[in-house]
Amino acid sequence: MSAFSHFSYWVTIFLMIGGLYIVIARGNLVKKLVGLAIFQTSVYLLYIAPGKLIGGTAPIVADGFQVYSNPLPHVLILTAIVVGVATLALGLGLAVRIREAYGTIEEDEIADQDRATEREERGA
Amino acid sequence: MIGEHLAALQVVVPLMAAPIIVLVRRGAFAWALTMVVSIASLAIALALLVQVREVGVVSYALGSWAPPWGIEYRVDIVNAFVLVLIGLLATIGGPYAWRSFAAEVPEDQHYLGYAMFCLCLAGLLGIAITGDAFNLFVFLEISSLSTYVLIALGRERRALVASYQYLIMGTIGATFYVIGVGLLFLMTGTLNLHDLATRLGDVAHARPVLAALAFVTVGISLKLALFPLHFWLPNAYAYAPSVVSAFLAGTATKVAIYVLLRFYFTVFGKSEIFDSLPTQDIFLVLSVAAMFVASAAAAYQENLKHLLAYSSLGQIGYITLGIALANQAGLTGAIVHLFNHGVTKSALFLLAGCIWFRVHSLRFADLAGLARVMPLTCAGFVVGGLSLIGVPATAGFVTKWYLVLGALETGHWWIVFLPVVSSLIAVWYVWRFVEAAYFREPGPALIGIKEAPPILLLPAYVLVALTVYFGLDTSFTVGTASRAAEVLLGGLR
Amino acid sequence: MRHYLVLRVIAKLLIPFMMVFALYVQFHGDYGPGGGFQAGVIAAASVVLYAIIFGLPTTRKVIPDWLVETMLAAGVLLYATVGLVGILLGGNYLDYFVLGTPPAHGQERGIFWVEMGVGITVFGVMLKIFYMFAGRGREADTE
Repeated sequence: MSAFSHFSYWVTIFLMIGGLYIVIARGNLVKKLVGLAIFQTSVYLLYIAPGKLIGGTAPIVADGFQVYSNPLPHVLILTAIVVGVATLALGLGLAVRIREAYGTIEEDEIADQDRATEREERGA
Repeated sequence: MIGEHLAALQVVVPLMAAPIIVLVRRGAFAWALTMVVSIASLAIALALLVQVREVGVVSYALGSWAPPWGIEYRVDIVNAFVLVLIGLLATIGGPYAWRSFAAEVPEDQHYLGYAMFCLCLAGLLGIAITGDAFNLFVFLEISSLSTYVLIALGRERRALVASYQYLIMGTIGATFYVIGVGLLFLMTGTLNLHDLATRLGDVAHARPVLAALAFVTVGISLKLALFPLHFWLPNAYAYAPSVVSAFLAGTATKVAIYVLLRFYFTVFGKSEIFDSLPTQDIFLVLSVAAMFVASAAAAYQENLKHLLAYSSLGQIGYITLGIALANQAGLTGAIVHLFNHGVTKSALFLLAGCIWFRVHSLRFADLAGLARVMPLTCAGFVVGGLSLIGVPATAGFVTKWYLVLGALETGHWWIVFLPVVSSLIAVWYVWRFVEAAYFREPGPALIGIKEAPPILLLPAYVLVALTVYFGLDTSFTVGTASRAAEVLLGGLR
Repeated sequence: MRHYLVLRVIAKLLIPFMMVFALYVQFHGDYGPGGGFQAGVIAAASVVLYAIIFGLPTTRKVIPDWLVETMLAAGVLLYATVGLVGILLGGNYLDYFVLGTPPAHGQERGIFWVEMGVGITVFGVMLKIFYMFAGRGREADTE
């Protein structure tokens, strides 16, 4: 039970925290989405890694095999990947629309423009 | 034959409507089909509620794979009640959407808007009905993704940013949830909520289970906009098209609360959550903070929809307070409020939509003297506002009554005062509207403004009437909610 | 990029094989790794390759927008309909056991059609996403 024997968990945790950090710390809308994708990827790993059985084979019953891997995590993560792709596509789509509407994808510049709009409304 | 498949049809009917709408590509057809689907959902939900009252639990094995191996749809009194709420609000929103979309969404996007609405409906119903933790995540994402699109349909460019922020926060929330579920799956090897509850008994105090509890709590709290995880909500509600804000305000956060209830009381069980961890204190503090801070923030908003959104955050505080009390009366209060507040807040958002439809602004400065030109809308708004405050003979009062009862039961007398005092803040923000609409001279912006068209007013008034009705006759809401609270507190049986 | 002879020839050579491989992945999904998701993505990738070499407008003529949108919806509908057939034949929703005798054969049949739906939808969705992003802001671009 050395620390290395759990290396897949360390990778998962690293990706999880790294992804979340990017989402929080970056002001660029596209970079945020990249962080979000990394964050989601860590979850894929969290499910998939324990699903691997050393010496296990695909769960199709055949002669000569006794150890089968559990297929469920893979199925779940296939779904989660599709969800992740959909989220990423939608997020990028929104970023494109925001770029067209504001001319920028930097969060603070967008906030500045929004504040200006608000002041205008209040003044009018 | 239909009777036994109701649980599946509940989700499948709206889910199938969406691709059909995309195939036909006609705005009018899309609206008609959305209407039919909404009414069908409500009918199915009511039928399920009746069934559940008779037999207790309706379990449906998708694909005939027996649970816990297959995905199970499991309806008991708790989620049947939530299903009715979703079906009701969708049905009310249907007729309203016709004019609302016409005024606020470009014509060529109408059918896509309706398709998204159907998907969102299917997703929300799916979250409420499914008995499988991962399936719940999928439905959560179906409803969330369609919600982001619906919010982005808003007419202002700020809607895009609001939608983007919601997307980031919502995805983080859903991912936290799925991490929690993953840890539970690793510990127990099952995803069926009911089966999880049984198997968690063996590993109850293992550290991954506690981590899972934390992840699920944070993820769902993000979705239900528990203070201080609420930053996405005000802008998302304020810049979405009227009918979308109304539907979401009544359903999206409420469904998330249902998920929290389900995880806390069915999966982990009351003793695990509340006796061995300081969950109760945390929720108490956060609820109180929401009730006071968010309500006070509501009073300082310039925009009517922002005010309603912040008020929603405060009202969610009441619901989580009821969950934190974790006794029969408190939970009853929480579940009743889930329903009552959904109805009330939807009514208010629909009326705000009526105002926007005529005035094209929701800023208080532009609403001065509004009651002279739109008396019906304003009157309805005041009734809804009274329910937010919790005046007797409105739905809001019933909730606060049970919350106070629940607080008395715990013996912490100071909690009793919290709902009462925070009601005063509600008086403050509702008064701001009353003051603007009734006691100020109409500005030049209001010249030539007529009352909102009946097709917009009528749905809103149905909900306003329900707000009053559920304040007077509580047999349906409280009766169902108290049985639901019994089921939740009973844990595994 | 259609001026580059090598690219053009290689693309034309590759695309049919990609399509066939997509079909192989689709139909072999019953017994080996594969299925609708992968097949849809591979098929979409071949179209994307075509678009990169020959330009988006040409691709839009080959696979017009309405077809993409139809595929996107039709696949989901096919999936959901298979589920409903399960109900009509006396089983539960998405019950494949009742689709054929013996029940294992029904499973195979059900999964075949469901994967068909998935494949069509994924193909449609991938192309839709590609069209949306690639076509944004350069409607006038004919290259």
